[in-house]
Amino acid sequence: MAELDRKPDRAPVPAGWDYAPAPEARDVVSIQERYPLFIGGEWVEPRSGEWFATVDPASEEPLAEVAFAGPDDVDVAVQAARTALADGWSNRSPAERAKYLFRIARILQERSREFAVLESLDGGKPIKESRDVDLPLAAAHFFYYAGWADKLEYAFPNRSPRPVGVAGQIIPWNFPLLMLAWKVAPALAAGNTVILKPAETTPLSALLFCDVLRQAEVPPGVVNIVTGDGRTGAELVTHPGVDKIAFTGSTEVGKAIQRQLAGTGKRLTLELGGKAANIVFDDAALDQAVEGIVNGIYFNQGHVCCAGSRLFVQESVYDDVLRKLKRRMGTLRVGDPLDKNTDVGAINSRQQLDKITELVRAGEEEGADIYQPPCRLPEKGYWFVPTVFTNVAQSYRIAQEEIFGPVLSVLTFRTPDEAIEKANNTPYGLSAGVWTEKGSRILWMAQRLRAGVIWANTYNRFDPASPFGGYKESGFGREGGRHGLEPYLDFE
Amino acid sequence: MAKAPALTAGFELPLEPRLPRIGSVDQVAVEERAASLARRSIKRDAKVFALELAVRCMDLTTLEGADTPGKVAALATKGIRPDPSDPDVPSVAAICVYPNLVPTAVDRTRGTSVKVASVATAFPSGQSPTDIKVEETRAAVELGADEIDMVIDRGAFLSGRYAKVYDEIVRVKDACGDVHLKVILETGELGTYDNVRRASLLAIAGGADFIKTSTGKVSPAATLPVTLVMLEAIRDVYEETGRMVGMKAAGGIRSAKQAWQHFVLVNETLGPDWLTPELFRLGASSLLNDVLMQLRKEKTGRYQSLDYFTID
Repeated sequence: MAELDRKPDRAPVPAGWDYAPAPEARDVVSIQERYPLFIGGEWVEPRSGEWFATVDPASEEPLAEVAFAGPDDVDVAVQAARTALADGWSNRSPAERAKYLFRIARILQERSREFAVLESLDGGKPIKESRDVDLPLAAAHFFYYAGWADKLEYAFPNRSPRPVGVAGQIIPWNFPLLMLAWKVAPALAAGNTVILKPAETTPLSALLFCDVLRQAEVPPGVVNIVTGDGRTGAELVTHPGVDKIAFTGSTEVGKAIQRQLAGTGKRLTLELGGKAANIVFDDAALDQAVEGIVNGIYFNQGHVCCAGSRLFVQESVYDDVLRKLKRRMGTLRVGDPLDKNTDVGAINSRQQLDKITELVRAGEEEGADIYQPPCRLPEKGYWFVPTVFTNVAQSYRIAQEEIFGPVLSVLTFRTPDEAIEKANNTPYGLSAGVWTEKGSRILWMAQRLRAGVIWANTYNRFDPASPFGGYKESGFGREGGRHGLEPYLDFE
Repeated sequence: MAKAPALTAGFELPLEPRLPRIGSVDQVAVEERAASLARRSIKRDAKVFALELAVRCMDLTTLEGADTPGKVAALATKGIRPDPSDPDVPSVAAICVYPNLVPTAVDRTRGTSVKVASVATAFPSGQSPTDIKVEETRAAVELGADEIDMVIDRGAFLSGRYAKVYDEIVRVKDACGDVHLKVILETGELGTYDNVRRASLLAIAGGADFIKTSTGKVSPAATLPVTLVMLEAIRDVYEETGRMVGMKAAGGIRSAKQAWQHFVLVNETLGPDWLTPELFRLGASSLLNDVLMQLRKEKTGRYQSLDYFTID
């Protein structure tokens, strides 16, 4: 990389102007010491008798004790959901169902600051992301599906859509409230009742959401929240009273769920891992492409299933892109998730930090070149410096496996055909990015990339009207848009 | 027979040191990036630093047909000692006036750190013959201006006569001699960010010491995305050639908050080396009092009414 050495690697290291700490007040949200289970519209002590702690990953301090739902608890929750279904939730006039969804959406907007702070505390994501991305999108999903509730006959003309019944929904820890919204909003709009299991490291926003359900006067049992770990999820998956499972999480668990459900007749949608290609052509607007690369992989600490974790750069602009990228990485502010100026927050859990560390070590051992900008990390908590690997071969683990952390692997290509070939050469197929000023090439690429979502000259942009989901090992079924209703409906 | 050119148009010019590629700018993404930087939360010490810097980097400006020696003298006095009740408040960087008022400004600022900047080259439209523009520049320099703020010929630029724009900048730079040249792109008339970048590189190639957004006579003027595009051009030139070109954001900056939003762009695009009046200026006529008000609030904890700040 002689060309790269000739030029200054980074602009002068910031020294002159330190932004003073600007923490968001955490007292806007009150966290209970203990959260029981939310079943049939009531807080219910767990029959299992077990509790577990959820911690703030930025300080490792415990935030609250949360009930562990065992088999009996899951059973009670499923009964509550079945009762609510039989009591007429699905027969209620569709406009009535819409009313509840609109209420939830408005309450989320009104209480967005509270939810944003809680989301950052429990999950470690920067407040500017929970404030500007998670909360507005979660509310938008409820608004969007509220609109569909009384238009199902128009969404699927001549197919007599009916609700599936009771949906068991298992969500991950990377966008806790947003994933809840993705799951709950279409399910309710379609007339189902649900049992939702939040991830064990980030249950608090779902538990605060119970308060929203009460405020919105959603009938008891329509939404039930059971907390726990993988065992709770497994109980939910195998419970005979559940008609449909929607799972977002790792490919490994998704495969296990699919095996368990084979032959049961239960409906299933899976939204699993990804190893997305972000492809930069030499005619792209490079400074903005670099922003997109950074947003693609360092957004939410890289805990994004559709993260642009494989960067493909056309060789003719490789030096320029890498120089700009490294300089830009030097301006990322890593630290306190509640500080309004933080760009990259805490890694969600010790377990995830260990996994990232292990894969990064593998990348170094396999022979890739590692770059990390100078960066002072807090002493306590789980942190990982934004990392980029160059000289990466397609066969390295860091180019093949999902890292789910702030780690980017850079590869190069020469022609559009080669870009397609390499980008599709993965077991995953969730998303991809294309950066070029040429409109025709965007369309040409989008036709050939085998991924559920293709972004052009942008990345990690979401909208409730746009369907989201994967190819291959990234799962099946779509969330968002009219497509997102389908998994929650039966047709004649 | 005409000599065959070495390369067809569109390839990089084979100059050494080379300028960066012109490339292109994505409108949606650059506006998003500017908006996200504008949301940086600047508090306490960081705010005081920014407010003082805003004063130090300010080109206090009056460019009216009604300008008189009396008006300019008052402005210059304000620029030297912006807050008479607080000697810790620094002087502004320069007073920016029309050529006819340069002698008054020079007179008033003699012996101080405050420089005198003069607009020239048929400001603000630039629609005059080149010779007259060069002559006007020379006259302003002879009258004692330390800095010249020229306008590019947008008529030529928008009709694709880049060479004319370039030649004019080269000739004006020549007429300036050692005097600092700021080249005004008048981005509000250029229409696209691609044009802003192209004009920035053209001005830098022509010898600009500073590139400047606007005359203040056209709206929109110094918007954050425009400033960002220009800063990125400056950064690319620095990384390719090592040459440090200055930036002046002028027009429409009326609040202290807008001022520090510009500083955030500079800080995170070019780094803190550019946070100095040698390389960054804010051109403004009504910004100073808001900055002084915020500064006094940071020092005393209280806002005072505008009656406690002089109108000059």
